[in-house]
Amino acid sequence: MNGRNFMLFALVGLLFAVTGFLQSWNLSLSILQMALVSAIMALGVNIQWGYAGLFNVGVMGFAALGGLAVVLTASAPEPEAWRAGGPGILLALVLGAVTVTAAVQVYKRMAPGLARMVLLLGVLIGGFFLFRAVLDPNVAAVEAINPSVSGNLGGLGLPVVLAWPAGGLLAAAAAWVIGKTALGLRSDYLAIATLGIAEIVIAVMKNEDWLARGVKNVIGLPRPVPYEVNLQRDPGFLDWAQGWGFDPVTASSVLVKLSYCGLFLVVLLAIVWLSEMALRSPWGRMMRAIRDNEVAAEAMGKDVTRRHLQIFILGSAVIGIAGAMMTTLDGQLTPGTYQPLRFTFLIWVMVIVGGSGNNWGAVLGGFLIWWLWVMVEPLGLALIAGITSGMAEGSWLKSHLQDASAHMRLLTMGVILLLVLRFSPRGLIPEK
Amino acid sequence: MDLLNALVAFLNFVVVPATAYGAQLALGALGVTLIYGILRFSNFAHGDTMALGTTAAILMTWGLQAAGISFGPLPTALLALPFAIAVTALVVLGTDRVVYRFYRKRKVSPSILVIVSLGVMFVMNGVTRFIIGVQDQSFADGERFLVTARGFRDATGLAEGLAIRTTQVVTVVVAVIAVALLFWFLNRTRTGKSMRAYSDNEDLALLSGINPERVVAVTWIITAALATTAGVLYGLDKSFNPFTYFQLLLPIFASAIVGGLGNPLGAIVGGFVIAFSEVTVTYAWKKVLTYILPDSLAPTELVQLMSTDYKFAVSFAILILVLLFMPTGLFKGKSV
Repeated sequence: MNGRNFMLFALVGLLFAVTGFLQSWNLSLSILQMALVSAIMALGVNIQWGYAGLFNVGVMGFAALGGLAVVLTASAPEPEAWRAGGPGILLALVLGAVTVTAAVQVYKRMAPGLARMVLLLGVLIGGFFLFRAVLDPNVAAVEAINPSVSGNLGGLGLPVVLAWPAGGLLAAAAAWVIGKTALGLRSDYLAIATLGIAEIVIAVMKNEDWLARGVKNVIGLPRPVPYEVNLQRDPGFLDWAQGWGFDPVTASSVLVKLSYCGLFLVVLLAIVWLSEMALRSPWGRMMRAIRDNEVAAEAMGKDVTRRHLQIFILGSAVIGIAGAMMTTLDGQLTPGTYQPLRFTFLIWVMVIVGGSGNNWGAVLGGFLIWWLWVMVEPLGLALIAGITSGMAEGSWLKSHLQDASAHMRLLTMGVILLLVLRFSPRGLIPEK
Repeated sequence: MDLLNALVAFLNFVVVPATAYGAQLALGALGVTLIYGILRFSNFAHGDTMALGTTAAILMTWGLQAAGISFGPLPTALLALPFAIAVTALVVLGTDRVVYRFYRKRKVSPSILVIVSLGVMFVMNGVTRFIIGVQDQSFADGERFLVTARGFRDATGLAEGLAIRTTQVVTVVVAVIAVALLFWFLNRTRTGKSMRAYSDNEDLALLSGINPERVVAVTWIITAALATTAGVLYGLDKSFNPFTYFQLLLPIFASAIVGGLGNPLGAIVGGFVIAFSEVTVTYAWKKVLTYILPDSLAPTELVQLMSTDYKFAVSFAILILVLLFMPTGLFKGKSV
């Protein structure tokens, strides 16, 4: 990292410090928590786009899968629901997988013709009805148990930090399936395909209540750090806070946020270190060679499709980890809140603004854009308040402008993205 | 066995809504496919162009309604449509001048243009929300039904009713007119021919003295007209919401790709393929089957292949299947 980049990071750090001094450290730290998570997501996108030129606009789907992993790993088990329908649902999922595999094998092994077509349709249609026949009663059985508080299969009850790698694995598995089908396609077809997959993942999570309660949300997920109320009751903590002259309520909240930031920072640094090592290794050089000229790389004997699949899985896994961390931070899984503008396209703004192809750039973009995303709204409100101060109280335009100022953030993000693309297309920290 | 009632139920719940939806998708997909054919990138801002155009139409409709002007039994929004198209055309021409032209001159790769269109998407989405907010807006007025379910039952004596809403008929009629105009323009006028020439072979077209900036400008104007029309028709048929319009991007792209990107005829066919598949797969067939099957076989459950929320999955599955087995779409599209 050279002096200029250090300056850029220092400036972004200053933004957070100013927020801390002028508003509150609580606010500054809570922005920082999500900024760290966003930076990891941006790293995942950067691995795919910056290293290999893969256009993934399904970030939201992988992040949501990470969130799902938290529920499946860390929430309390529901033994009764498992007895009622757990094995049946698993069987149905296996049947579904077998159907798809069988269809693929039929397609691959038989000669083209009418017989293949008929058999293929037979396998798919028969498999679908069998799948639904096994799945539906078991789902009904699971959802009937204690529907007001659970009604789902529950999780494994493991420590929540284990959910982070689990989120990565789940996202990686999904990426393998998607990559196998869609990676051979042209770049903008891949974009549309991933956009669709993300919507489907969210649709599944909203509708399959047996999995994670759908739109009824899973709340009260375990936390890797202590609760504020418990800290406030802890005499040791109270003594410590009093010794420094802090207000115990604020101090407990700041301490919790600091511990989250610490945990996230460790993950972020580990992923940056691994990515940097990978980028500098022969493997990283090969990836860039493939990105810059696929035909030449293929002529040199590189298996382009396989490498693309590999990097698609790696990048998606990183996004999945970040998604799991975000759900841990929220303490709840709310499938209704996943929106592509916030979870896919905002991450893309971070990567492009930070500098695609450069890991530190993606991290910087994550911090800067997330800070802006949060702060543009109050800044916009202040701006509108300034503009409208001269207008008559209760006038139509004034109230409309005040309502509308909440939507300033999308506009700002678009303008920033366009400005960076136009005047600094390689981003704030360009690829070396 | 009651085939007649089954047919009416099928028409009422599947054919009529899917035809209207298909016409809306086809108009949207035509815009995407034209941009792809001439400017050679997938325009992610298309859904938001539709939203912006519809916003203009809604504002104008409110103005007309306030002035006491109406279009008789037809929705007032149709009167507002030309005005909205003009506004949208100015906006996209301005966007092209300020944003896209710079990259076109530099001949950047299509994926960069896609990212640029993401930026435009953000801005347009923000502007739309800024102007009209995020709530649902219903702006259909005039006569609600052309054929009401009760009227149909009384006239025919069947148990099943068939309801056709005015907006559904308006959608299909307007879409047919728009498509006819488009094809007449592309095939019969000099400018249209130069657009097709430019789309087929840019260098050859330039050598023949075709002015690229003019072709691009005309393409944007047509796209604005198609997007606004599609958006207004969709909003009349259902309701207007900026977020829904953004989500329409997926079925619209699926339609354009299934038909063959860059091929206008393909876009229309693709729109109907996607619309009919979405509606048939997510429709609960219980009613129709009860009429067709003998009583002993009559279904007790909904017989819905997939819940309605999975309609994205349907368009997506068709998209993937077509891409895997016919990479250039049903009609031969182009690939850049």
